[in-house]
Amino acid sequence: MSTDIVAAQAAPRTSDRTLSARIVRGLNKTPIHIALGVVALIWLAPTIGLLITSFRPREDIASSGWWEVLSTLRFTFDNYADVIGAQGMGRSFLNSIIISVPSTLLPLIVCSLAAYAFSWLRFRFRDTLFLIVVALMMVPVQMGFIPLVQMFAPFGLTRGFVAIWLAHTAFALPFGIFLLRNFFITLPRDLIEAARIDGASVFGTFRMIVVPLSVPAIAAYGIFQFLWVWNDLLMSLIFVQTNANYPMTIQVTTLLGTYGTEWNLLAAAAFLLMAVPLAVFFSLQRYFVQGLLAGSVK
Amino acid sequence: MTANPQPIQATPAPRGGGKLAVERDKPATLLLFLGPAVVLLLVFLVYPVIYTLRMSVDRGLGGNFSRFVGLDNYASLLRTPSFVHSIENNVLWIIFYVTFVIILGLIIAVIAMRVSYEAIIKAIVFLPMAIAATALGVIWAFVYAYDSNIGLLNALLAAINVGPIAWLGDSSIANSALIAVGVWGSTGFATVILSAALKGIPTEIIEAARTDGANEFQIFWRIILPMVSLPISVLAVTLIVNVIKLFDIPYVMTNGGPGDSTRVIAFELYKQDLSAGQYGKAAAVAVVMLVILIPVMIFNIRRFRSEAVV
Repeated sequence: MSTDIVAAQAAPRTSDRTLSARIVRGLNKTPIHIALGVVALIWLAPTIGLLITSFRPREDIASSGWWEVLSTLRFTFDNYADVIGAQGMGRSFLNSIIISVPSTLLPLIVCSLAAYAFSWLRFRFRDTLFLIVVALMMVPVQMGFIPLVQMFAPFGLTRGFVAIWLAHTAFALPFGIFLLRNFFITLPRDLIEAARIDGASVFGTFRMIVVPLSVPAIAAYGIFQFLWVWNDLLMSLIFVQTNANYPMTIQVTTLLGTYGTEWNLLAAAAFLLMAVPLAVFFSLQRYFVQGLLAGSVK
Repeated sequence: MTANPQPIQATPAPRGGGKLAVERDKPATLLLFLGPAVVLLLVFLVYPVIYTLRMSVDRGLGGNFSRFVGLDNYASLLRTPSFVHSIENNVLWIIFYVTFVIILGLIIAVIAMRVSYEAIIKAIVFLPMAIAATALGVIWAFVYAYDSNIGLLNALLAAINVGPIAWLGDSSIANSALIAVGVWGSTGFATVILSAALKGIPTEIIEAARTDGANEFQIFWRIILPMVSLPISVLAVTLIVNVIKLFDIPYVMTNGGPGDSTRVIAFELYKQDLSAGQYGKAAAVAVVMLVILIPVMIFNIRRFRSEAVV
């Protein structure tokens, strides 16, 4: 862009006579840097403030803001120790993992199989059936609350984790099938045909050719689904009805309701909740962004 | 079909998907691939949809069908002030959240394109997308804290001798305060989508316009904006869906309060109806949500079909 500005100054164009063109020409990059600096500040300050707070002693938080942290440079892990132990965040961290892993793997397997059928198997009403699946994508989870609880509760499933696994899986299917099917149909036909002609079974073709070639799409979907479940609050409120099984999202919400001003605890608890998504974000950013962008239609 | 066997090659090629020059697949194969999905969808998605539709016209005592009441539940919703208020708040969310997210996303995408650290800016703004709305709630409850030793906003106001303001405790501003949190959380999403769309515009077009004497503002309004209008409309639809399904931010930050000033439709369903055992009304709210989402569904299916043809 700077070369454009140089060029514009060296060889004035007809447009330079208009006012707006002169304004544009007058803009160098300094305002852009300032604007982006402000943007970065607005999007970083709230989170960094909470991060700093999570390491500050309780007395310091009450007496000075986190932005004055340089005047009282004292840090502690006590807040984390407290929320992990006494406030039950350690237990709910485990619960979040127990809820999220099956709620990710189950849809991944079921969706991959179905998506393969919708892209490469031959059967009647295939496109009609697929359209119905796409239509189901828009059904809000609220449509499932009453009947699913009615269905699960008599078997005691809402006391354990089975209810939340099944609910998450069911509502993940339409989107997962849609996403993976749209990827699978882009695979080269010749390759799949050749495998079939060489005598590979349908399942063999799926396992040896389609899945390995689709790792980026499957990974992006898996990450999306994992974070979706990890960050979910509403489904857990409905389908996890034992306090000891609460995931972190419920635990943090409860802490905020109970200790609305105990910011040392709240900050540490919120960062425990954010730790896994942030780790995924920084380590797998490419898949992560792809997954979230693709997931936008969900 | 079985009575009139036709050569497979003669059947019209299905649109989109692949078709192999082999026999039609065996039922056992189909069962292996489609069985699990079809069973799960029928039992845990299709059946619940039918059940909830029926429940929405029932008294629904104890979550069971007890007595058919026609549209009473829907009529009763319209007479419930907190439900009407929830709908109003959802509309406010749609107007302000969607507009601000798109405008901010577009501005940031456009100006970030001009610097070398574009990727870092986009990552910073996108970061809240990774975080649970629950955590966003804590982060912003902290920023909004009333005590100017704790809340950043009131500290900034104190510096110019204003406030403090009870951002979440004043029913006239709490909803706007929550919308701001939503905008903060979603702007990165719009930035990334619009940035990709902007980069898809062929540079030759912009160069040609420039050669023909167009200035930067004309290029933005006459070329760039029309060429990203489709991504913007897709984005707007996505954001509207977010608003319809919105639950976490009001639940975590204000619990719908003060009063019912920050309630939204999904919150109302959970708190006012479901938690109170009003299953008929809860089902009716869910159906209202579904009905609002149907146009979106049609939009998405159309989009899918037009993509499939290509």
